Amino acid sequence: MQGKCGLFFTSYQGEAQIFQSGFQKLMVGLFILALIALPAILNVHLTSIMNTIFITVIGAVALNLLTGVCGQISLGHGAFIGVGAYAAGQCTLHGVPFPLAILVAGLITAMVGMVFGIPSLRLKGIYLAIATLAAQLVLEYVFLHGGAMTGGSNGLLLEAPQILGFTFDTEWRMYYLLFFFAAAALLMVTNIMRSKYGRAFISIRDYYLSAEIVGVNLFWYKLVAFGVSSFLAGVAGGLAAHYTGYISAEQFNIGMSISYLAMIIIGGLGSVIGSVFGAIFIVLLPEVLNIISNGLGSYFPDIVQSIVALKEGVFGLVLILFLIFEPEGLAHRWRLIKAYWKLYPFAH
Amino acid sequence: MEYYLQLIVNGLVVGSIYSLVALGFVIIYKATKVVNFAQGELVMVGAYMCFSLTVQFQIPFIWAFFMTLGFSVFLGLLIERMILRPLIGEAHISVIMVTVGMSSVLKSLVQLFWGTQIRVYPQVLPSEPIVIAGLPVAPVYIAAFILSAVLFAIFSIFFKYSRTGIAMRATAFDQQAAQSMGIGIKNIFAMSWCIACVVSAVGGVILGNINGINSQIGHLGLKVFPAVILGGLDSLLGAALGGLIIGVLENVCDGAARQFLGLGGFREVAAFIILVIILMIKPYGLFGTKEIERV
Repeated sequence: MQGKCGLFFTSYQGEAQIFQSGFQKLMVGLFILALIALPAILNVHLTSIMNTIFITVIGAVALNLLTGVCGQISLGHGAFIGVGAYAAGQCTLHGVPFPLAILVAGLITAMVGMVFGIPSLRLKGIYLAIATLAAQLVLEYVFLHGGAMTGGSNGLLLEAPQILGFTFDTEWRMYYLLFFFAAAALLMVTNIMRSKYGRAFISIRDYYLSAEIVGVNLFWYKLVAFGVSSFLAGVAGGLAAHYTGYISAEQFNIGMSISYLAMIIIGGLGSVIGSVFGAIFIVLLPEVLNIISNGLGSYFPDIVQSIVALKEGVFGLVLILFLIFEPEGLAHRWRLIKAYWKLYPFAH
Repeated sequence: MEYYLQLIVNGLVVGSIYSLVALGFVIIYKATKVVNFAQGELVMVGAYMCFSLTVQFQIPFIWAFFMTLGFSVFLGLLIERMILRPLIGEAHISVIMVTVGMSSVLKSLVQLFWGTQIRVYPQVLPSEPIVIAGLPVAPVYIAAFILSAVLFAIFSIFFKYSRTGIAMRATAFDQQAAQSMGIGIKNIFAMSWCIACVVSAVGGVILGNINGINSQIGHLGLKVFPAVILGGLDSLLGAALGGLIIGVLENVCDGAARQFLGLGGFREVAAFIILVIILMIKPYGLFGTKEIERV
């Protein structure tokens, strides 16, 4: 691995560090401090967007571990998030404390994800994509017709989460809770990626036959990838359910799975920072379109009615354009920007 | 018993539309190895195009139908040239996602032009049911079934005997070998998208004549997957049979679930439960090419 100029490693451990230089640590520290101080200057609406971004980041990084790092295409991510939401909802409705409920939701979703991951040993590429699509549609049906367990079409109503008597009932309080979970999820995936498991995932993605030959147990590692990814999806689902206070079956549809896939493609497959960029991009896209359509509303009154269709069209168009012109995603662009500034103003 | 017979007949009609859409899917997959998630949207665009020409522009139905086919050829060329060609040789997920993006764009264009409410086609065929073996069947159902059968016959002959058809089969078998024999691969790719668009448009017009159209019929595209997996991803005969079988099975399962379990809306998932079972038992379907690899 090529380090920065003037940075020498005398041990493998040093080379495997997440933050290698003091400058990097300083910047990350300052960034975290800025994020902690940020709610002081944000209004309710902007804070709610930030909260949505935090939850989405967890879901996106989970899918990126499975699809981007391990190469297993999943079209059922939205449904897995739904499983987590219902599991966490049922737990807190039955009096389980909130942190434990999130953990249980993660574990239950991991189990469901692994069950649907079992076919991944035999199925590859598009067959797996179609199998997970079936999982998505079957789970959607279960959500809608699950009786008392899912509340059917009425959904479930939840109360604000509580930890040790402290209630997270405002956007600002939720901000810190979700910030903590998002940071923990990012740290977890980064660490998995530089461990033995991460290297095994990458070898499976690059060429599964070679991976098997060098001693990677395909079935076990694919199952672990499904398990960890679904665990994080379950956590994201549990948090989303408690954040909005309401679970409905329609939320976790195929469109949600597709938008998560779009996030990791726009952000960059197999990159943690890419998942963050992608999540931010997809959450902000409809907000920006709203602002634009409100601005244009006075000139073109028809535009407000067709905003739903426009949003979908712009989403598709952005996805196509990214795939054609920037297939490595925003993470690649970010690397280019960093490389540019490293030598500025003496770039050659 | 009559209840189930009626379900089977309905299933055959719905299944013949699934077969048509699956035919388009298989033609694209066979020639270009692209998994097209926008197949349902191609059906929708064709249906709306024909509707627009007959109702809004007052063109006689039969001419509108042929103009729709012409438009579909153009649409297929456009899609292949603009969207799919830059992605030749990219990973599975990129190609899948580009067709997903395409489906979003097509859906939103249809909604922008025609809105979201249900549109009804003008009556083309008489509405008095014809009695076949004691069961009343609407003429439009019979027409749908016959039209699908004719299209399948035409394409089977086309792939078996015509020069272009043989070139397409060669491309499907081995792209490099085909290219070195002087077959223009890019033309073949464009050709297969055109055919797929035309077939889907025919499916859309039939569907419009049966039920009317709204902006949700794109969901039909998802039903193609059980049909093609059952038939085998790269087999025309498989698409035809798979579509019919899935159509019948999902109708019968739905009816049975309604009668014995009191479950509504089971139709939506029945096909996908069947799909999972097929993938477990026979992942390459009834007629698909088996890829054998061992480590």
